[in-house]
Amino acid sequence: MIGLGHYITVAAILFTIGVLGIFLNRRNVILMLMAIELILLAVNINLVAFSAYLGDLTGQVLAMFVLTVAAAEAAIGLAILVIFFRRRGSIAVDDVNRMHG
Amino acid sequence: MIAAFAFYLFATLTIASAIAVIFARNPVHSVLWLILSFFNAAGLMLLVGAEFIAMLVVIVYVGAVAVLFLFVVMMLDVDFATLRSGFTRNLPFGIIVALVLLAEIVIALFARQVGPAFASPNIATAAQPNIVALGQLLYSRYLFAFELAGLILLVAMIGAIVLTHRRRGDLRTPKVWRQNARRPEDSIELIDPAVGEGMKL
Repeated sequence: MIGLGHYITVAAILFTIGVLGIFLNRRNVILMLMAIELILLAVNINLVAFSAYLGDLTGQVLAMFVLTVAAAEAAIGLAILVIFFRRRGSIAVDDVNRMHG
Repeated sequence: MIAAFAFYLFATLTIASAIAVIFARNPVHSVLWLILSFFNAAGLMLLVGAEFIAMLVVIVYVGAVAVLFLFVVMMLDVDFATLRSGFTRNLPFGIIVALVLLAEIVIALFARQVGPAFASPNIATAAQPNIVALGQLLYSRYLFAFELAGLILLVAMIGAIVLTHRRRGDLRTPKVWRQNARRPEDSIELIDPAVGEGMKL
């Protein structure tokens, strides 16, 4: 029988993969944003699983808000990426520190 | 039995495609693996009876976010090979950190299985359909938060437009207000030239 522990394990593995993706692709902002999406997806799986097994719908409402914030974050992040690429001609994060001043 | 099989199928595919997102050489392939991962996560959510959130994941994540990623990846002409330069150098350390993190989460979860959710392994049967219950909750108790979520989306949309909009200097678009403001007496002059004197401009 599939219990809550199974879902939480899947979400934990997904979360770890997201963190690993941020670690590995330190220079590629697009892949970092995708890894952040994976992390938020893991959070959503956790919220939905707890909501289902506790019989409390609040978790699903919260999952919807997480979804909203994830969409907004992706839109703004990619917009910043596009203007950064337009200025600099590359998306390497190493160059970002040249923006100071 | 079928539910368990479906769970393991969706869970395996979700994790496998999430790994492929990180390790794919081509970012377009990464986005496509991400879409597969989202679909399987939506399947996982369907299994616990959260139909509305599952559909929302498909519509919002796959339909909007992943397609946005795909557009940006294809629009930017970036040499992605150079961006992978630190990949193998970070690999051992990254995997160690990831394993430690995973071990911490799993130990924290299963060290003490307390709480009502772990005690009852069955999903509580809902009295009414998922979307009805969720709608009643959203439009009554969480109405303010719901409106605030809409406001966040509006701000994000305006912000994205303002950030990426640029005024191009090389366009010669007609200035409609100047064309409309132009009157015949400003631009037409009637003169009566005398014979043999030529005319002045």
